[in-house]
Amino acid sequence: MKTADKRPKLSRRGFLAASGGAAVGVALVTSAGVVSSPTGAWAMEVTALKPETMATLIQFARDIYPHDQIADRYYAKAVKGHEEQAAKDEAHKAIIEEGIAELDRLAAEAGSTDGYRGLGWEADRTAILHSISTTPFFQTIRGNLVVSLYNQKEIWPLFGFEGESADKGGYITRGFDDIDWI
Amino acid sequence: MTAPYELNDDSVVVVIGSGAGGGTLGNELAQKGVDVVILEAGGRHEYDAFTNDEWASFGQLAWLDNRTTSGSWLVARDFPNLPAWIVKAVGGSTTHWAGASLRFQEHEFKVRTTYGEIARANLLDWPITLQEMEPYYAKAEDKMGVTRTNGIPGLPGNNNFKVMKAGADKLGYKDCHTGRMAINSQNRDGRNYCQQSGFCFQGCKFGAKWSTLYTEIPKGEATGKLEVRSNAHVLQIEHDDGGKVTGVVYADAEGNQQRQKARAVCVAGNSIESPRLLLNSASSKYPDGLANSSGQVGKNYMRHMTGSVYALFDRPVNMYRGTTMAGIIQDESRHDTSRGFAGGYEMETLSLGLPFMAAFLQPGAWGRSFTTALDAYDHMAGMWLVGEDMPQESNAVSLHGEIKDQHGLPVPNVHFDDHPNDIAMREHAYRQGAAVYDAVGATRTFPTPPYPSTHNLGTNRMSAKASDGVVNGHGQSHDIQNLFVSDGSQFTTGGAENPTLTIVALAIRQADFIADQMSKGVL
Repeated sequence: MKTADKRPKLSRRGFLAASGGAAVGVALVTSAGVVSSPTGAWAMEVTALKPETMATLIQFARDIYPHDQIADRYYAKAVKGHEEQAAKDEAHKAIIEEGIAELDRLAAEAGSTDGYRGLGWEADRTAILHSISTTPFFQTIRGNLVVSLYNQKEIWPLFGFEGESADKGGYITRGFDDIDWI
Repeated sequence: MTAPYELNDDSVVVVIGSGAGGGTLGNELAQKGVDVVILEAGGRHEYDAFTNDEWASFGQLAWLDNRTTSGSWLVARDFPNLPAWIVKAVGGSTTHWAGASLRFQEHEFKVRTTYGEIARANLLDWPITLQEMEPYYAKAEDKMGVTRTNGIPGLPGNNNFKVMKAGADKLGYKDCHTGRMAINSQNRDGRNYCQQSGFCFQGCKFGAKWSTLYTEIPKGEATGKLEVRSNAHVLQIEHDDGGKVTGVVYADAEGNQQRQKARAVCVAGNSIESPRLLLNSASSKYPDGLANSSGQVGKNYMRHMTGSVYALFDRPVNMYRGTTMAGIIQDESRHDTSRGFAGGYEMETLSLGLPFMAAFLQPGAWGRSFTTALDAYDHMAGMWLVGEDMPQESNAVSLHGEIKDQHGLPVPNVHFDDHPNDIAMREHAYRQGAAVYDAVGATRTFPTPPYPSTHNLGTNRMSAKASDGVVNGHGQSHDIQNLFVSDGSQFTTGGAENPTLTIVALAIRQADFIADQMSKGVL
């Protein structure tokens, strides 16, 4: 049986602003006011939050809802709202900056010399998340993320969810009863 | 040809709410020549404006005014400001409902007699019987085009149903089929047949599922005897010195207060807003709220024992394709205390799209245990478990002491604790639900906690005696002759069945009563 490539068909540049920035050996690249992917496929301008904070937030989001088939840019898009809110709301900015600083501090306690993102194993990062999972910071990030990540139509095909169907006439002739193994 | 009525026209019957109860009652009265004004708090979105997008639809249709919760139920932890998933729009929750249309069983109208005394349960027999309801159930089924009644064929089974049916067969369940659904399996009553598009909860874009929005309401409007005023949020019911109600005050779309006079008022705002309105209408004559001499307004809040079981398989299911509630197992709906609880429950297929599955599969969960379940979304099947819960006086809708809404009125607080009978039933239902899927090779199953309540019941309950409840067997308040309750808050007890068919049957019956009382000059 042929296995379909479920990856979304997007232009190589992605939907975030393109950037030429690139580096080797790190998951996400930060430079003045910008977080970008190491391949240069996408970049995000960050003005309210520190670029390092946004890069850690993206990793944090992936560790909360890890899906190996979902590229970083979707996690970046999912947490971009915090940058927008931080620009308007000093209190929100403080919650995010302090929350990420706490993650880095806990990572240092766990032996990382390069903050939360410096912990190589997901299990080590997840152990930190368990220790803060009841905090308002964690709940704020997770509560937003469960909508902002999974409500991106671009990733639905990765899960096999086909989205709107009425515009295609429903499934009455498109497999509503096509199960063949039962 | 909608009939516009004057605000000071005191000959009209005012119906508050346009859902299964209010929409049906308004049309039935209009068909009999009674002048009716329906005041609906929400806007009017015709079915071509519905969207196959869960969060966007939620923003369009759901009742999102602030509410608070208390008690030990998981909904208070998981959705503290969303106790109920119901609708604020013309058509009410009939835009959102799944369509299951089941009659109560005979014993479910007399549970105090059948179950006996159960500690902490405020059980009471209904003042009406199944035999009295049968003609009205028949009229409701015909009106709504319920499958497997009136010669209407059942809906075809989708993938999710086929998994359930195979498991039911393996377990030896006998009563499993594609349900009695108010969803057209063939063109009927000027409406399409089901196109198996899914998204039943987001409003049927084909109009195949019965909703008062495009059945009762336009039919009533066509008589010239019904006016539906949308964006008209009723704040208070007023009365005269003699105690009879005289009209209502509502906020219009601009937030301005208007006063509509009335010959009679019928409250059908669902089981949170209806008691809230009666409580917010307290006056010097009725200091505890209208129709509340028994003290039972807002009490005995029921929300059905609910839960879901989702299961993963090694091969694809694509459960989201087709009717959301595509089939039912009824074998557990009987009253059989050998299972360790009174009453029974139904098992009904259910599906959520990916965005809502992420929000509801295990609220608050994170990490790989959770995300690997979503990774297999297209290999998932699911069912909803819905059964009779015990009325408890302490489970109640009350007015919040501090928080006010956009109109300056106290918001409702919804307090709920599961009864031990509810918990025993839920545990049994989780085991049986998982067994259905295990029987066909599930690789993992999930006992999913209750969603915000869709079946809100009992907060203005019917009773034979005025001291036991709020309304009589016709939904007429014991205290005030021209004040009626016309929604699921009338339910004395909840039964195992989805409540809409019973709400519609009660509304048809109430319309007969009101018209009769008016013709006799009593009302």
